[in-house]
Amino acid sequence: MEQKKERRGFFQRLKEGLSKTHTAIVRRIEEITAGKREISEDLLDQLEEALIGADIGIATIKTLMDSIRWKVQRKELEEAEKLKDALKTEILSMLAHGEKALLVDPARRPFVILTVGVNGTGKTTTIAKMAHLFKTQGHTVLLAAADTFRAAAIEQLEIWGHRAGCEVIKHASGADPSAVVFDALKAAQARGTDVLIIDTAGRLHTKITLMEEIKKVHRVISKEIAGAPHETLLVLDATTGQNAIAQAKIFKEALNISGIALTKLDGTAKGGVIVAICEELRLPVRFIGVGEKIDDVREFNARDFVDALFED
Amino acid sequence: MFEILSKGFNQARDRLQGRIELTEANLEDALRDIRVSLLEADVNYNVVKNFIVHVKEKALGEVIETKVSYKGQKLKATPEDHFINICYEELVSLMGPVDTSIKRGPQPVSSIMLVGLQGSGKTTTAGKLARFLEAQEKKPLLVAADPYRPAAVEQLRVIGSSLNLPVFFKDGTPPPELCRQAIAYARESGCDTAIFDTAGRLAIDDSLMMELEDIVKSTRPENIFLVCDAMIGQDSVKTAQEFNRRLDLSGFILTKLDGDARGGAALSIKELTGKPVKFLGMGESLDKLEEFRPEGLASRILGFGDVVGLMQDFERVVDEKKAEEDAMRMLKGAFTLNDFLEQLQSIKKMGSLSDLMEKIPGFSQLTKGASVDDRELVKVESIINSMTTKERQQPTILNESRVTRISKGSGRTRRDVHDLMKRFNMMRDVMKKIGGGGLLSRIPGLNKIPGIGAAFNPSELMGAGLPALNQGAAGGTRSVSSSDRKKQKAKRKQAKKDRKKSKRR
Ligand SMILES: Nc1nc2c(ncn2[C@@H]2O[C@H](COP(=O)(O)OP(=O)(O)O)[C@@H](O)[C@H]2O)c(=O)[nH]1
Ligand SMILES: Nc1nc2c(ncn2[C@@H]2O[C@H](COP(=O)(O)OP(=O)(O)O)[C@@H](O)[C@H]2O)c(=O)[nH]1
Ligand SMILES: [Mg+2]
Ligand SMILES: [Mg+2]
Repeated sequence: MEQKKERRGFFQRLKEGLSKTHTAIVRRIEEITAGKREISEDLLDQLEEALIGADIGIATIKTLMDSIRWKVQRKELEEAEKLKDALKTEILSMLAHGEKALLVDPARRPFVILTVGVNGTGKTTTIAKMAHLFKTQGHTVLLAAADTFRAAAIEQLEIWGHRAGCEVIKHASGADPSAVVFDALKAAQARGTDVLIIDTAGRLHTKITLMEEIKKVHRVISKEIAGAPHETLLVLDATTGQNAIAQAKIFKEALNISGIALTKLDGTAKGGVIVAICEELRLPVRFIGVGEKIDDVREFNARDFVDALFED
Repeated sequence: MFEILSKGFNQARDRLQGRIELTEANLEDALRDIRVSLLEADVNYNVVKNFIVHVKEKALGEVIETKVSYKGQKLKATPEDHFINICYEELVSLMGPVDTSIKRGPQPVSSIMLVGLQGSGKTTTAGKLARFLEAQEKKPLLVAADPYRPAAVEQLRVIGSSLNLPVFFKDGTPPPELCRQAIAYARESGCDTAIFDTAGRLAIDDSLMMELEDIVKSTRPENIFLVCDAMIGQDSVKTAQEFNRRLDLSGFILTKLDGDARGGAALSIKELTGKPVKFLGMGESLDKLEEFRPEGLASRILGFGDVVGLMQDFERVVDEKKAEEDAMRMLKGAFTLNDFLEQLQSIKKMGSLSDLMEKIPGFSQLTKGASVDDRELVKVESIINSMTTKERQQPTILNESRVTRISKGSGRTRRDVHDLMKRFNMMRDVMKKIGGGGLLSRIPGLNKIPGIGAAFNPSELMGAGLPALNQGAAGGTRSVSSSDRKKQKAKRKQAKKDRKKSKRR
């Protein structure tokens, strides 16, 4: 009972966070399906457009629509009103791999989280949010300021660290990120810290030297602690369109990404590209970001996500 | 019946000569491919839809050449290739005209306000613009108007000090008031451009959007630029339209184009707001700012860089071949009124005729000092336009009744028509003489025509600052102005670059 209430609370909060976001697509689909009974080719085209508008991506849409069309052909799906549900089910099945919370394993101490992504997606903010979350779960948390490149990136993390109540291991601006990470690993081990979260500089996945730099950071971590990093988190921005797929693919190839954080879902962007990423790369979404404050973070729940996507 | 027959005959003849009409049928694949490509580039789907309808309408019925062979160069181009090229050219023109100006007001301090979503690159771009302005002898002041994001002020300070430029900030002062004070401070400290680095915000965040409106009210900035991440998806339109609705933007800056994002937002935003793209962010460091040029981005958004490159080559060879054919025909004395008209039109494109005449030594001689002014050109055009095709090719058939008809049709006097004919005959005689040698070297730009490589230096003949004459004025070769050519050349260069790039990836 208690849990159900909590779940509904979470669902409400998610919808609150997403409501600004998703009314547009919801309205579109309502408009499209309202008052029309037969499923016409025209109706399917309009539906396809709504999906494009949600950044779901042509290839994924084709898969979705092929499946819907097949059902229509076989008369499994005949009424326009049922289209929405059918589509929901399809998307949900694509998100099947998407739902897997990030659990801190107390047996692995420090539990090392390496945070990566292209520029400006929300890595540092998401780290602050995670630190806050883990602290409220009773873990001790240490942060590593391995973005030594961007102006005042270290100061930014320090301010967040202060707000979340955890210490930040840092070097001077311009230092070797691997060296910062090495020191942070040592510090976490020495202090018996539960969770170490590493902030890194934004890098476009196409920059070979920067990708080599982050691979080196990754190697330093695994060399120091076998099995670490325990989570390599790719931070994606929900306003990003089809380029997010290339980001996910290339970062995954380089670093064996184990999870995704999808930020900025509080805007008008729909983050639909995540469907293709979950489907193609079989990656779970660990968190979603729904604002700039430290508690504007939610666990990703596929059903809530799809419901919130399709409900008023 | 006869029509169908003759149409069939024309088509067969066209095909023999390697010409094909663009039809629904032979464009079907290209249309689909382009739609998918544009959507994958994150162009807004409504914009894609309209674009496709529009270009299709334009292309259907056009008769294109499928092969060209000239001087050992043999090139082929399918209807699809041509269509893709038409799309490319359409995109280039949709994203223009280029306006990378930064406006200045009458006050000693002008301002640039940067706005946009979180993390789009505003603070970095503020630094880049400051550097860009300083290189133009301006005195920029960076204004830290983001009190919300942790260490955003510090970030701008670090950027400012790395550029050795001042940064204005006042703790606890709300952004609208802070920006107002910044302008006063700029004036006092001898700066002439204030750059407001505002906090990132969602377009639907009403209170934060009101803050921006308040900044606008308190400072009346001459420039308001939306800084937009090139990776943005379908949301670009909503965001851009809302920022534009509330702030009446002056333009856009697209950042992070140094990656592999296709940047379809540039097209969507331009189409739906009508505001120009001003600058492109090409990297994290402060020197990576470029003024916007549509060609590179058009090719990037469209995709098919290889096809566009091929088509540029194809068209170049077609041009060269036609230029030589025209020149040869002319030199044989087969100089028709059509050539004359084309020649005059190509001159008109280059600017005021009277100005030009003075600057070309060879030309004033050819026209025997006849004062040809711009009105004169309009007159000549209207007369030639009233002639039949046959009359244009064989002016000798002109008799009194034809002259009367032409003068009525063009609204000119009979005397005007006779005058024109006199001048045309003179010109043709000169052309014949040139054909026999002698005056050949006097025609500017003739050595540029392949096959007639007379050794002479055109810059000797042309007044300085008149490179425009290399092609067009060379006696009616082809009415391609050299500014068009320059554009084409730049296009080819960019396409080549893009092709190389796509190979590297
Ligand atoms: N609206 C919104 N803004 C966010 C969210 N997450 C991060 N941001 C903002 O995005 C910008 C970039 O964030 P930051 O953490 O510095 O990104 P990084 O460069 O990847 O480290 C900042 O202005 C953040 O406040 C989110 O979930 N929603
Ligand atoms: N690769 C690349 N990164 C950029 C570019 N412009 C900005 N950035 C990066 O994007 C991130 C966010 O930039 P910032 O200026 O802080 O964005 P703001 O939140 O809009 O002020 C930083 O990591 C910048 O270094 C660009 O043109 N190319
Ligand atoms: Mg960061
Ligand atoms: Mg900023």
